[in-house]
Amino acid sequence: MVDYVSTVNPDFSLIAPELALLIAASLVMVFIPWRRMPVLAPGIIMVGFIAAFAYALGQWGHQSSGFAGMVTCDNFGVMFKLIFIVASVLSILLIGQYMKSRGIDKPEFFVLIAISAIGMMAMANTTDLVVMFIGLEVMSLPLYVLAGFNRRSLESNEAGIKYFLMGAFATAFLLMGIAFIYGASGTTNLRQVVTDFNYIAAGRGMYLYAGVAMIMIGFGFKVGAVPFHAWIPDVYHGAPTPVTAFFSVAPKAAAVAVLLRIFLYGFADVALVTKAFWILAVLTMTIGNILALRQDNVKRMLAYSSIAHAGYILVAITVGTQEAISAAIFYVVAYTFFNLGAFAIIALLETRMGAQSEFSELAGLSKSAPWIAVLLAVFMFALSGFPPTVGFFGKFYIFRAAVESNFITLAVIGVLNSFLSVYYYLRVVKTCYFDDVTEAQKPVFVPATVGLALIITTFGTIGLGLFPQQLLDFTRQAIFAFL
Amino acid sequence: MTLDYAIFLISAAVAVFGATMMIMQRNPVASVLYLILSLVAQAVVYVQLGALFLGAILIVVYAGAILVLFLFVIMLLNLRSNPELSASLPPLGWFTKVAVPVLMVVELYFVVDRVIWPPVPTGIVGKNPDFGSVETVATMMFTDYMYPLQLTGVLLLVAVVGAVVIARRESAEPRKTTASPDNRNEQPIDTVAG
Amino acid sequence: MVPIHAYLMLAMILFGIGAFGVLVSRNVIVMFMSVELMLNAANLVLIAFSRALGVVDGHVFVFLVLAVAAAEAAVGLAMIITIYRNRETINIDRYNLLKW
Repeated sequence: MVDYVSTVNPDFSLIAPELALLIAASLVMVFIPWRRMPVLAPGIIMVGFIAAFAYALGQWGHQSSGFAGMVTCDNFGVMFKLIFIVASVLSILLIGQYMKSRGIDKPEFFVLIAISAIGMMAMANTTDLVVMFIGLEVMSLPLYVLAGFNRRSLESNEAGIKYFLMGAFATAFLLMGIAFIYGASGTTNLRQVVTDFNYIAAGRGMYLYAGVAMIMIGFGFKVGAVPFHAWIPDVYHGAPTPVTAFFSVAPKAAAVAVLLRIFLYGFADVALVTKAFWILAVLTMTIGNILALRQDNVKRMLAYSSIAHAGYILVAITVGTQEAISAAIFYVVAYTFFNLGAFAIIALLETRMGAQSEFSELAGLSKSAPWIAVLLAVFMFALSGFPPTVGFFGKFYIFRAAVESNFITLAVIGVLNSFLSVYYYLRVVKTCYFDDVTEAQKPVFVPATVGLALIITTFGTIGLGLFPQQLLDFTRQAIFAFL
Repeated sequence: MTLDYAIFLISAAVAVFGATMMIMQRNPVASVLYLILSLVAQAVVYVQLGALFLGAILIVVYAGAILVLFLFVIMLLNLRSNPELSASLPPLGWFTKVAVPVLMVVELYFVVDRVIWPPVPTGIVGKNPDFGSVETVATMMFTDYMYPLQLTGVLLLVAVVGAVVIARRESAEPRKTTASPDNRNEQPIDTVAG
Repeated sequence: MVPIHAYLMLAMILFGIGAFGVLVSRNVIVMFMSVELMLNAANLVLIAFSRALGVVDGHVFVFLVLAVAAAEAAVGLAMIITIYRNRETINIDRYNLLKW
């Protein structure tokens, strides 16, 4: 009898954050029929997230792997875990009032967010393609349900089904890609692939190309890179706004984590990857920004802008140096704060009855709710990348890394795109401050939870903008442990 | 031509035929049945490749459970053959939509063709009778693949929760709601004879 | 003895048919079944490679993929039921409130 326990090494401390969340989610699920659950559920899940945060912080600086090499714990994974937890907690804070105003406040909502976060953590916390695939599914299934969560809204139904079909289609490509990499290397673990790279490339290198291309298509769908972006505006528009806030940040961060892991660690030596990413990055930035110019709906505008932001992160992936990877992580952190902040305000305005988040509804906001207007302006400045906000440094570090590695054209295209994006972000600010009010403005009620979320996001946007170097040092540590 | 080759060719032909018919049908029930046909043929191919356990699972779980769930939903919704649902497109649309998958297959053909494998024993009885048996697969699944297996458990759990959240009809909810209060751009709902 | 290429080609063709089905079909259920067909084609590739390499890792992965497909089917069909209740059609072209 073989001693399986010692060969497999099931070290549960490696997956402690996931387990904490799973326990919290299970508690809520078991007690759903209990009448007080709708009130208690957010609290229980929040405690789970706080415990997960603490456990994840405890993993910082440790490097180990367990479960027969399926789980790899390193600073890179921990960094992304922290991002997922912050994004999920902020999204949960936004939800209460919005859901109540639409009569869909159900405890299951929090369970779905928690399990989605478990999937993301599993994706970031491994070098094995099988675990990445299953983690991706654990992340995506709750997201499909969340998009269609408002069952009585036809838009929400439609967003759910479209997201589901595109997501499943992308999954099939991803699976095919993993199958080809398995065929090329005889393993699904990237660490093994890296070790035997030359041997594999000599014998069955063609499979590697096919597999890499398929995986690129699959994750292209997930991060919303052009030409695989068609679903993004519809899904972001149709889904309940706090859910859109979650979509625009957490799953993208997870997909970026996996892209970095696969393409900059696993297949760093596959030629053509850089060229393919170059084209993807340029297309994604440019088309995202150009389409965002024409939108009259703020949610759709932010959807296209999130495509453009994915393009900036793809620039960092194209460059692929250590400096660029730390810049990419920096950008993901920064984007989490200011994008969630922007969506928080849109969600807040939508709790007014009948709001459709059209541009015209923002007119006169500076008079009816001056503080909200100021915050919205701050987030818009951060999205367009103006200096004292963290948005500026995010772009600055990425383009600096690009120039340092002689990707001058790419950097120039990126900077031009940033200028282009200023137009539509400032249009929001202009509408708030200078447009005439057509009808009487309803007052905006700010619930305590949303207020807290706004304080955190504002603090992140401006505070990190004042001290970017500290965050950059932190992301550099995440990179040097890139196992 | 050996017997193995003949079995492979026949089952491959049936699999491709079933798949093609599936996407061409107007009647969703017929589509499901053609997909089951294709899967049964694929199960034969699995067995030829030594995956005895998975061949059985493919029929029992996939054809037997998942596709029956499809049939069940189609019956529940009472969908019948509908000319509107047949695949039809303008000529240009046909061209691009045919070209993309065809190009993909051709490209992959060249990829597949570039790699030379040493001849591998395929067929009902391979070199190693243990290969692909329940025992070998299970041993691997519960040792090396324990973590993904547990994650799959979480996945099934969330699928149940998600399906219930989405499809459960609340008692207070009216049977058919065409528009929600927050849905301003109401438009007449096209009712299709379904 | 059948060469491994033959199995891979069969999988490629099935994958292509599945992708084609997703692109041209207007019936949501058929689109969804086409995706399932694509997953099955990938499974076939995994099993063929498993055989060629002589290791059963691929078999375990296929088993997990079958579980994934079952989970997806549950959620996807629940969504189809919901949207059918509201819209009374499964034609994807009629889900047009959002500009697709």
